[in-house]
Amino acid sequence: MVEQQYVFREVKSIIFGMLSPKMIKQMSSIKVVTPELYDKEGYPVDGGLMDIRMGVIDPAIKCKTCGSKLKECTGHFGHIELARPIMHIKYAPLILNILRSICNECTKPMVEASKLKNIITSIEEGDEETTTTGRTKRTKGLVDGMKSTTKCPHCNAKQEKITIEKPTTYFEGEKRLSPIEIRTRLEKISDDDIQLFGLNPEHARPEWMILTLLAIPPVTMRPSITLESGERSEDDLTHKLGDIVRINQRLFENINAGAPEIIVEDLWDLLQYHVTTFFDNAVPQLPPARHRSGQPLKTITERIKSKEGRIRHNLAGKRTNFSARTVISPDPMLEIYEVGVPLITAMKLTVPEKITEWNIKHVKEYVKNGPKEYPGANYIIRPDEKKKKITDETKEQLLEEIEPGYSVERHLLDGDIALFNRQPSLHRMSMMCHRVRVLPGKTLRLNPAVCAPYNADFDGDEMNLHIPQTEEARAEAEILMQVQTQLISPRYGLSIIGCNQDALSGNYLLTSQLEFSHKEASDILYNIGVDDFSRLPKKDIVTGKELISCLFEKDFNFTGKSRDGNEVIIKNGKLIKGILDKANLGEGSGLLLRMLIKKYGEDKTILTLGQLYRLGIEILLRKGFTIGLADTDLPQKAEEEISQILAQAQVDSKDFIKKFHEGTLEVLPGKTAMETLELRILELLNKARDNTGRVVAQNANQTSPSMVMVKSGARGNIINLAQMAACVGQQALSGGRIGKGYKNRTLSHFKENDLTPDARGFIKNNFKKGLAPAEFFFGAMTGRDSLMDTALRTPKSGYLYRRLANALQDLKVNYDHTVRDANNKIVQFKYGGDGVDVSKSEGGVINVDEIIKSTQ
Amino acid sequence: MPKVDPTKHILVPKHSKLSEAEQKKLFDKHNINFNDLPIILASDPAITHLKLVKGDVVKIDRDSPTAGKSEYFRGVQ
Repeated sequence: MVEQQYVFREVKSIIFGMLSPKMIKQMSSIKVVTPELYDKEGYPVDGGLMDIRMGVIDPAIKCKTCGSKLKECTGHFGHIELARPIMHIKYAPLILNILRSICNECTKPMVEASKLKNIITSIEEGDEETTTTGRTKRTKGLVDGMKSTTKCPHCNAKQEKITIEKPTTYFEGEKRLSPIEIRTRLEKISDDDIQLFGLNPEHARPEWMILTLLAIPPVTMRPSITLESGERSEDDLTHKLGDIVRINQRLFENINAGAPEIIVEDLWDLLQYHVTTFFDNAVPQLPPARHRSGQPLKTITERIKSKEGRIRHNLAGKRTNFSARTVISPDPMLEIYEVGVPLITAMKLTVPEKITEWNIKHVKEYVKNGPKEYPGANYIIRPDEKKKKITDETKEQLLEEIEPGYSVERHLLDGDIALFNRQPSLHRMSMMCHRVRVLPGKTLRLNPAVCAPYNADFDGDEMNLHIPQTEEARAEAEILMQVQTQLISPRYGLSIIGCNQDALSGNYLLTSQLEFSHKEASDILYNIGVDDFSRLPKKDIVTGKELISCLFEKDFNFTGKSRDGNEVIIKNGKLIKGILDKANLGEGSGLLLRMLIKKYGEDKTILTLGQLYRLGIEILLRKGFTIGLADTDLPQKAEEEISQILAQAQVDSKDFIKKFHEGTLEVLPGKTAMETLELRILELLNKARDNTGRVVAQNANQTSPSMVMVKSGARGNIINLAQMAACVGQQALSGGRIGKGYKNRTLSHFKENDLTPDARGFIKNNFKKGLAPAEFFFGAMTGRDSLMDTALRTPKSGYLYRRLANALQDLKVNYDHTVRDANNKIVQFKYGGDGVDVSKSEGGVINVDEIIKSTQ
Repeated sequence: MPKVDPTKHILVPKHSKLSEAEQKKLFDKHNINFNDLPIILASDPAITHLKLVKGDVVKIDRDSPTAGKSEYFRGVQ
């Protein structure tokens, strides 16, 4: 193998400065004099903008400056000599500050000579503050002081106010200051005085902010592209530079020919416009320079700035090979740490396998299979890193050739490591490491238990898959990112992966009522991937509790509470009492999963969790589970009770309205009578709705599938059920009852100022009975409102999150428990105030009793 | 309007001045100097009654729902 050589250099400091005309000339390889690009043969013109001394973009030509070929030569700068000095748009505000701070007559900064020394030392002290603001803050205060001075302390000259007409025209009083005059003023400032503005005279003399020479970027950063038609299309920057050179030549000619000053000045302004738009084509006061098609040119600032710019697009965000993206679908038969990969993607994504004496035999099998047969290979990599594609023609020869030292890019196999990710990647669990499982079909498959950390559902969501290519990357992914390592959320210290949906319903049914024959119980266990039946009691009838107990270790003890507040006891690995529902099995709730993890480790827990999940689903598969209209049936007595509650609410609200009109309504402090009435009625109606809900909860069939889902916490709550069986309730818009629409009424079939519940969006019917037309309309109103709300809120909260993440991104906990930022400035003296790692505690609290118990 | 004493307000934690020795102990503990501290203005209503000058360090005893009691330090600017 080729010995790699590394060069180590430590970056001590970076200095940002401006290019002086001298430096521009020094680094320039050519002076550009003509706007023409190519001659008749299509060869770049000497002294043109595509001159091959500025680098090459044609594979056939060698660079004239350094003699290297394409890709070896990074390009060389050229320069233009500007006929007249030109303002640099990016320095316009700084130039204004300096002009205002120096005397218009003697060009000295307007501070008293005696104070000068103190000021400079104070500015230098600013550097000692660790943040970069130290020096900037001081100079800003100083400049603000000098700007407002009206009389020069040195020569007593009265100061005419200097104004700027954006973007680049300066006035002293009424008189326009030409860039030439400004430049001569700036030149006169002494090196010592320049420091007052926070500039380092060695690297940034103020007169360099006014251009006399313009550096031309190398051709390699503005390559021309040849269209299919053979036509050449130039880069936006080249277009802009062409304009600059052309106008500059015209300006030269006019000056030399002694043209009238007006013409020269017009051309000068035009040149100023072109140079300004060359740097920034989005200056508010200027019309953007456009293509002939009308779309604005992308010049230097646009290349760097914003989301599509170089920084966020190319430097902070990168594209990658060995990745896949498709629709996801659920597969509970996968283990939680697995990901199902379609066969066709498994044959495109590859892992490089280094050939050794020990594996050469079976790696050769991959090569023999080639790219088209499944456990095959797509490429071989020679020791000199040359890649060779495996095809039917080359296969035989490559098989002969390979030997230890070669690598083979083989297809994905079961058990390979992959990173799985869903955007938006809001927390670290949004990108986890899974084991590959190659499956038929065309979607990526995942166990529904990991939907929660990814926030995924299957209504068309797509996810990304990445295959680490080096041993280091694989080790890192496995150790830091595997699903097992992410079980406990650092946010609240509980497992974010748990049972959901059907698994909860199933386990609820199982632990509350079901019984099986010994034979069926064994069958269930086998189907969920348990083949040790020794824990199953040796009797004919096995209860659900006994069945689920087979999944816990023999020495597992746990006491907790279920959702309804009853006790759940697991003793010696047996579920003795209680129902297992969302409070214990669910994601982000209960300590059962946490205890399992703590006692038996993540690897064991994730297998148990998979089994629990599949057990729940298996129960539903065998028993059958579906909701129906009958779930909402209530006994006659309950129906009457509900209509009684609603009628009473009507009466009570009428009573309030009557009191309101009479003026006898007791007004709440800080509220008007109208507001009080609204509040009272809303309160009343919500109470009525809740009461109907309570009636439903008490009287509905407790064993109906709908009720099972509600009680187990799988889906829905009692309000959803009440809306179907009893009463939909008050529709609210922006915190109050509906009042929008016509003049003093909601809809045209109510009387004006009708304040009764019916006229203000109270839906007294239920979904089973059906809604009245007006009620339906109110429902549609709130429905649309919430739809709009989510659509508008998502981008807003996304941006908010981006700002927060950028502000906090490099905070870290140090060894002395302090939280510090990138400048080593302290943010917190003890992480979180108490130094507790939430993921290693129980919901942010350390349970001392439990620790003492465990040591006894 | 009657003058309000912010230090008596329920939401304002106790601010106190750190002695020279305590200051040194704090700086040594975290290997920092004055400029690494979070800042507080001498004119901050919560500490004006302490009559502090630039360079002093303020200790703040906070109540926290998660951490119980916690200490925080700020350098007076």
